[in-house]
Amino acid sequence: MASLVGSRVERKEDKRFLTGKGRYTSDINIANQTYAIFIRSPHARAKIKKIDTSKALKSSGVVDILTGEHIAQDKIGGLIAGWAIRSEDGSEMKCPANPPLAKDSVNFVGDPVAVVFAETLDEAKAAADLVKVDYKVLKAVSNLGEAMNSEAIHDGIDKNLCYDWLLGDRQKVKEAFEKADKIIKLDINNNRLIPNAMEPRACVIDYNTASEEITCYTTSQNPHLSRLIMSAFGGVAPENKLRVVAPDVGGGFGSKINLYNEEIVCSWASKKIERPIKWVAERTESFLTDTHGRDHITHAELAVTNDGKFLGFKNETIANLGAYARVFGTVTPTYLFGPCATGVYIMPAAYSNVKAVYTNTAPVDAYRGAGRPEATYTIERIVDKAAMELGMDPIEIRMKNFPTEFPFKQTLVHQIDSGDYVAGLNKAKEMADYDGFAARKKESESKGKLRGIGVTSYFEACGIAPSPVVMMLGCGVGLWESAEVRFNPTGQVTVYTGSHSHGQSHQTTFAQIAADELGVPIENIDVVHGDTDKGTFGMGTYGSRSLTVGGIAIVNACKKIVNKGKRIAAKMLEASPDEVDFKNGEFVVAKSNKKKTIGEVAFASYLPGVRDEVKSPLPEGDEPGLIESSFFDPANFSFPAGSHICEVEIDPETGHVKLDKYTAVDDFGTIVNPLIVEGQVHGGLAQGIGQALYENAQYDDSGQLITASYMDYTMPRADDLPDFNLGFTCTKATTNPLGVKGCGEAGTIAATPTVMNAVINALGGKEISLPATAEKVWKACKEMKKSNAKAA
Amino acid sequence: MKTFNYHSAKDVKEASKLASSNSAFLAGGMTTIPSMKLGLASYKDIIDIKRIKKLSGIKISGKTVTIGATTKHSEVASSKDVKKAIPSLAALAEGIGDPQVRNRGTIGGSIANNDPAADYPSACIALNATIHTNNRSIDAEKFFRGMFETCLKSTEVIEAIEFSIPQKSSYQKLPNPASRYAIIGVYVAKHKTGINVGITGAKSCVYNDKDLAGALTKNFSSSAIDSVKISSSGMNSDIHASSDYRANMVKAFAKKAVDAC
Repeated sequence: MASLVGSRVERKEDKRFLTGKGRYTSDINIANQTYAIFIRSPHARAKIKKIDTSKALKSSGVVDILTGEHIAQDKIGGLIAGWAIRSEDGSEMKCPANPPLAKDSVNFVGDPVAVVFAETLDEAKAAADLVKVDYKVLKAVSNLGEAMNSEAIHDGIDKNLCYDWLLGDRQKVKEAFEKADKIIKLDINNNRLIPNAMEPRACVIDYNTASEEITCYTTSQNPHLSRLIMSAFGGVAPENKLRVVAPDVGGGFGSKINLYNEEIVCSWASKKIERPIKWVAERTESFLTDTHGRDHITHAELAVTNDGKFLGFKNETIANLGAYARVFGTVTPTYLFGPCATGVYIMPAAYSNVKAVYTNTAPVDAYRGAGRPEATYTIERIVDKAAMELGMDPIEIRMKNFPTEFPFKQTLVHQIDSGDYVAGLNKAKEMADYDGFAARKKESESKGKLRGIGVTSYFEACGIAPSPVVMMLGCGVGLWESAEVRFNPTGQVTVYTGSHSHGQSHQTTFAQIAADELGVPIENIDVVHGDTDKGTFGMGTYGSRSLTVGGIAIVNACKKIVNKGKRIAAKMLEASPDEVDFKNGEFVVAKSNKKKTIGEVAFASYLPGVRDEVKSPLPEGDEPGLIESSFFDPANFSFPAGSHICEVEIDPETGHVKLDKYTAVDDFGTIVNPLIVEGQVHGGLAQGIGQALYENAQYDDSGQLITASYMDYTMPRADDLPDFNLGFTCTKATTNPLGVKGCGEAGTIAATPTVMNAVINALGGKEISLPATAEKVWKACKEMKKSNAKAA
Repeated sequence: MKTFNYHSAKDVKEASKLASSNSAFLAGGMTTIPSMKLGLASYKDIIDIKRIKKLSGIKISGKTVTIGATTKHSEVASSKDVKKAIPSLAALAEGIGDPQVRNRGTIGGSIANNDPAADYPSACIALNATIHTNNRSIDAEKFFRGMFETCLKSTEVIEAIEFSIPQKSSYQKLPNPASRYAIIGVYVAKHKTGINVGITGAKSCVYNDKDLAGALTKNFSSSAIDSVKISSSGMNSDIHASSDYRANMVKAFAKKAVDAC
């Protein structure tokens, strides 16, 4: 049987998703359900003086209206930060309380203060209009650059500072900078993004008054973790009385990692009102209250020699946390960001210093790439600037500073097990026809256009685990993953995973892995995820970890199945287990060539006896059945890497940037399904390009989100993008048996600096902030023309 | 969305009779329905005119193209007759919004709404359109009054828009990258009787830029536009484009339009 790992197996999910047969949270309806509408603060910062629900309670169809007072009375806990970060001076980070319904103060537009439950959605909306909230409006802190000099928005959190964190050695950096021929300086932003999953958040809660069990259907990337938090910190119900189901979920990109106010409130309230509850976010609510991404201001400096060797690097960043610290909010700008600050280069000395601040804006948390795009953007931009200032080719300067021996101890934290950065960049250079750029530039110029080329080399640390390391760094949980593999008596297999697919195609990829391990046709393998009542506890999907951590748990569980199968087959074939080989789904005794299929063994394990005889195929000590589970906790992160090259053509008359060519060469280690990996790269690139050219969440001075709809928030569209030219190199990961590294975030990490390097290259080095909108580019073109005229 | 009475009118007369100051006609619903869902607008009566057959369709005569009010953008975009008679008009329709909008939105709805950034109003200005309603015919120059404002009375139903076929014409637009409405759109049309430059997106209402038209009358070439001064005063300014950028883009896109004629 040919190996399925490495082949372009069409997705098992496609038929369901493409024919409208998916089952999303909002497709679920429970008899007798009520509809929830949340009343949200229209102000970015205010004290709640009074909430008057008297009129609304009398409105038609209203079942109940609950506020922060009720939450406090029932001692329901709030939302939490999942990672505890320490400041450079050793002090613990400062986090404000974040009750699921605000009681005393609101801190961003959209912060929920009350909830209406009614018989119909229209009645809930009508009643919500009648709830009177009396606010004392306070001056909002909405500007990130000014947050540390503004009034504290949370009591006891001076300068709005959560922490002032350092990774690296300031003294060593100082010494390195003293030796430098040249210091390259760069001030940049990382624009704020809104994840915009296609499916808005939703939850449907069903409380059973007899069993006292709450079932919470929700749009989550990690239902087990949501249950844990809701139980341990929210106090909604003990874990055994709480079932969390994340059925089909239409995209997450990090925004559905968090447990949100609405799930806690509705789960708690369902028990209180003894009715099922349905809540589905409207698109505006998604814009206002889904966690946002990025939002940094950075000053970076790179110390170089005249011949382009890097000596040292410093990164001083102010990161926006928004109004509250959420699950990955505090780690995204620190341990997911800082270690990647020095990029793929040998950097003798470096530090990252991050000040994370609170503002009266939506909470900021992990968004596809989480910290690594922000870090990569900074280093890749400053490396290009260095090349320009030293008069070097951008590829030459990168090659000069690449490590060539692996494992490579990266400056700040990571021990990178494998990679070949030189091969990746060489391949990208060839595929992109880098040498033909000059001719293409000339051709563009003959049409009155500007052409620029941009290069990025990146690595990332993903496959987020290993537990002892992440917990040492402040994570509140371990980040292993679990799997269970069950044979049915008649030979089909169900694989349970603790990770969650919200677009990643686990049903296909994981079935491919199990098919190879067990020698069972892929049609006979089903993958089950997303239900705390089905399978083992798991940590969920984020940080490109599903395959590298969760997939390996499946491999290991399959290996246990095969080991037990060998013992059973040996007894059935009258041989000893070490005489039995397993290959292509068959247990074979080499010397006698007698064999049993794994299906026969599974059948025997469940029906261990025969008529008229006392005879069992099970060896002594083995129990009936063929079910095994495994928890995998890898020894290290995984380190995908690659080089991307793109070309843009700019119309100087309008500032329009046309993305003309895009080449991506990635090293994801072993690729299980190239079709799916290419899809992941395409999607990642689109989002990275979105950050570079289009997307930009903007708040005004009063803290109103002025890009709260698709009329103003620009998503990249298919016709904005060229055909992507994808290539792969492969150095296998050494820390897992498949050699896989993870591919979900790479495109997002590499695309933003690649595109911006190309834009700035076209502009002759003129710096512009993210995103490169037409007007900004047009202005830069005008200035360029002026300075060219002067020079002439 | 607040509750309302839904009526499906069988003919224009019935539609007009049902209308009041607290009603809206529904054609494609591309603006009306989102506004109602967002709570920005509410009506007592919604009068659906989509089923009135005579309001839809395209007729070509020697000198004019007449498009029924409920004709969809996609129908105009794909019409062989329109492509032949006024290719720039078919191209304009092809560039409105996205496929979903083009398959629902109508020309009558677009001009009745008179969004300052809508595409069709510039065509009406440039192509000397006559707007035929159930009780009169109105010149485009008089039809568009101000931001979201026309001279239509609340009971008045647009039946068709009649465009003059120009000698040459082109519509060039800088789309808002998010919504694909026009940040600015410039429609240049050369008729036997004179030149029009319909501009949308730039100000609170579509207008005919007489300075550009004058310069082009003297010399119909993009270089003639270089000497025209476009002031940014009175131009829209928002997060997507400042008034200064808009003023400059009026010029840049007018040149593109002339070059494409």
